[in-house]
Amino acid sequence: MKPRSLLAVLLSGMLFGAGLALSTMIQPEVVLSFLRFADFGLLLVLGGAVVVTLIIYRAAPAMMKSPLFESAFSTHPSVLNSRTLGGAALFGIGWGLSGVCPGPAIAGLGAGNWPLLVAVAAMFVGAWVQGRFFGE
Amino acid sequence: MTLDAIFPLGWQHYLAGGLLIGTGVSLLFVTTGLIGGMSTVFSSTLSYVSRHRFFHQPRFIGSRVWRLVFAAGLIAGAALWLLLSGRAPVITQVSWWQLALGGFIAGFGARLSNGCTSGHGICGMALLQLPSILAVVIFLTTGMVTAHLVRLIGGA
Repeated sequence: MKPRSLLAVLLSGMLFGAGLALSTMIQPEVVLSFLRFADFGLLLVLGGAVVVTLIIYRAAPAMMKSPLFESAFSTHPSVLNSRTLGGAALFGIGWGLSGVCPGPAIAGLGAGNWPLLVAVAAMFVGAWVQGRFFGE
Repeated sequence: MTLDAIFPLGWQHYLAGGLLIGTGVSLLFVTTGLIGGMSTVFSSTLSYVSRHRFFHQPRFIGSRVWRLVFAAGLIAGAALWLLLSGRAPVITQVSWWQLALGGFIAGFGARLSNGCTSGHGICGMALLQLPSILAVVIFLTTGMVTAHLVRLIGGA
């Protein structure tokens, strides 16, 4: 990938990480208070992110022949099968147990929430077990 | 029901943060055409250390560099926010066994499902993909049930 593309990826990630920090999603306590119906802020975070993304995912391919630095717009092929749905059910159990999911766990490290290292390490182990023993 | 009842800590920072996250995902798409969920970075990074053929599929090898750069951006962006806001870091009080067990199950599940709160929740829903929308409904449900059960047994 071209250096300017990688720089754009870095900047995009920085906006993403700053948003996760600003919205306090990097605090598992805030996520758990949403899952326990005490604070519905997570819905505003998710809703705000989805609306912006939905508009750009439609507008950009309609208005541009290709992305600025690369040749084509990708798609996200999500498939309707038992792995997608069963995996989501398991993911939710882990999420409800810890209040942590991949993005906030990684971003939280940058904001000094160091115990999240335990969660990130455990996610690596979970991803390894999935790929090694259940991968297709 | 008042706003204070559903957003006891205020609502502005949630909405602003969500818009910022959406801007990041959008900038990634406009500049590179890439769709950026986070959980794949675990499998793609494992290709550096594992020889198992699963981790050496083109979808992981071909994306492992930018996915790591994207993850580094997340860390740098959150660090920059901490610096600019002048706040002290908030250290989680959630117990280590919850972080370890929950992280393991969430990591396994997200990779089995090929998406998490960002891949299915943001990107998949923004593409109006039915499997992703169903995945979100399912993980919200199991997440809520689990979080309530954990409280019952005295967890954080």
